[in-house]
Amino acid sequence: MFERIHQVFEAFRHLSLVEKVDQIFIFLKQLVAACFPEALQPLISSLICIAFILMVFPAFFSIITIFERKGIGRIQNRYGPNRVGIPFTKIRLAGFGQFIPDGLKMLTKEDIVPRAADKLVHFLAPVVMLIPVLLSYSVLPFGKNMTLADYDAGLLFFFAVGGAVELAVFMAGWSSRNKYSLLGAMRAIAQMVSYEIPLILSAVSVVMIVGSLKLTDIIAHQNHYTFGIAHWHVFTPWGFIGFVLFFIASLAESNRTPFDLPEAESEIIAGYFTEYSGFKFALFFLGEYLGMFAIIGLGITLFLGGWTAPFSFLTWIPSWIWFFGKLTAIIFVFIWIRATLPRLRMDQLMNFAWKFMLPLALINILVAGIWHYMAADWQRWLVCGALIAGAYVLLGRGLMQNQKLGKRIYRYAE
Amino acid sequence: MLGEQIIKGMAVTARNFFGSYFSKNRLTTVQYPEERLPQKGNTRQFPFLVFDGDDAEKGLRCVACQICEKECPPKCIYIIKSKDKKPDYKGQLQVYPLTFDIDISVCMSCQICVEVCPFESIKMNTEFELSTSDRFGDLLLNKEKLSKPNSYYQKIHPVDAAESDAVIAAEKAKAEAKAKAAAEAKAKAAASAAAAPIASSANPPTTT
Repeated sequence: MFERIHQVFEAFRHLSLVEKVDQIFIFLKQLVAACFPEALQPLISSLICIAFILMVFPAFFSIITIFERKGIGRIQNRYGPNRVGIPFTKIRLAGFGQFIPDGLKMLTKEDIVPRAADKLVHFLAPVVMLIPVLLSYSVLPFGKNMTLADYDAGLLFFFAVGGAVELAVFMAGWSSRNKYSLLGAMRAIAQMVSYEIPLILSAVSVVMIVGSLKLTDIIAHQNHYTFGIAHWHVFTPWGFIGFVLFFIASLAESNRTPFDLPEAESEIIAGYFTEYSGFKFALFFLGEYLGMFAIIGLGITLFLGGWTAPFSFLTWIPSWIWFFGKLTAIIFVFIWIRATLPRLRMDQLMNFAWKFMLPLALINILVAGIWHYMAADWQRWLVCGALIAGAYVLLGRGLMQNQKLGKRIYRYAE
Repeated sequence: MLGEQIIKGMAVTARNFFGSYFSKNRLTTVQYPEERLPQKGNTRQFPFLVFDGDDAEKGLRCVACQICEKECPPKCIYIIKSKDKKPDYKGQLQVYPLTFDIDISVCMSCQICVEVCPFESIKMNTEFELSTSDRFGDLLLNKEKLSKPNSYYQKIHPVDAAESDAVIAAEKAKAEAKAKAAAEAKAKAAASAAAAPIASSANPPTTT
């Protein structure tokens, strides 16, 4: 046992200072694991990673909810929450203690189950929602060497467990025995199924270029620099449009505005979790946000270089700071979009998915193939860029062609 | 092109986001307990009783005429008259309220009591932070809680207070002039009485 601890220390001692800061969590994990007998070490190591995920991401979620409320407040020229600080003191921290009363309120509220509900399914739905979301974190690389389970088919695993969220949504909607819940669940299924296709197809282009489904391989493919600029996939024509498609599809997958039809407050109360209160509602809320973080994390890994730095002179910043920095930045864009765009109508939603995103994703796969087989010089930039731009403009025109702007005609209401 | 208008919209929201940090006049929120807006001139909440001078018991203008009690639409005023009398601001002997209660959980702030009061005695307060944990005791305001000095009235409603002060001053002047005239008449009568020796001590001069 002491030998093993000594080995861990020796390995850590030979690293440079930058690498030491970068690998500090890995070192600590190995150190703790080394204190246990040989047979238990892989188990302990995994448990530490799981504890990390279960602590860090819900904590991140609680901070993000405040950022969201404050950010939307500022966009609407309000202050947002700015009162609650540290409990039992006068310190306000500009309102960043707000998540404590929010959480306490959620946990202490009465848990109401409708009399006509299917009790078992109603109880299971929030759990079924949260588990696949947490599972999808197991393949995400949060930093250099910081992946819980680095599967060869990590991307496939992510999409496979991500698909289970729809099951939970429909369980919630169906078991509540409430028309709004059911409508919300049906909308959610229609939306998630439609947008999962462009989501996966935009990821397919990355898989084609990299030639691997392993997320660490995808990052390794982006982790080299020309003239000090990283080879992130987003800096190529196919990667850029792939990122845009992935971004829009991930907005829809995480039920964020403008794709928040499943929980449209003004139409169907709260959608599929209308009949949930207290802790179960909190689980849904948590599951939704953790799902959003996971899918953004995947987008970062696929297109924004994961934990790598954008410029070679910034590589001294630890990799986990890069990952969480990028995550926060994308979440800010999500919040910004939420405060800007109104909700889509159901037909607009479907038109956009099937008439714009799907063809563009298919063309993007073609472009990725062309990019792969053409010689690496300026010509392939021109060809691929022109193809992408042309497809975008034409498809966009096709989408907006049937749009009739003018006075609204009511068919049934006067 | 598709997406152009979205970019424009995003620019607008971004401008509002950053603008709210740089220009204070974008933020219309008043941070209430610390910051307050100045009250409007005609703000009114619940009635209070005005007294002159420093002593609430002595200077209370109310003469327990009970007009407000009778006019009050929700009947939230309760008055018990005194048996004895005391001089009012004109020096006239008047009854005064032994009990004057207003139940502000019933009061609807209609201001009718203020309009009917002939003695400029009941006025509307602007105090609005009246929340309490005792809904019966603390919402039934008694005479001590209702009495506020005239200086307070001048502070919260300067225009109305000036008007009411003018009315009282005019009445006071009229009463003084009348008293003076009466005193002169009395003096004259006394002088003529002195000329004709009739016992004047039977009718001592009274102040009116």
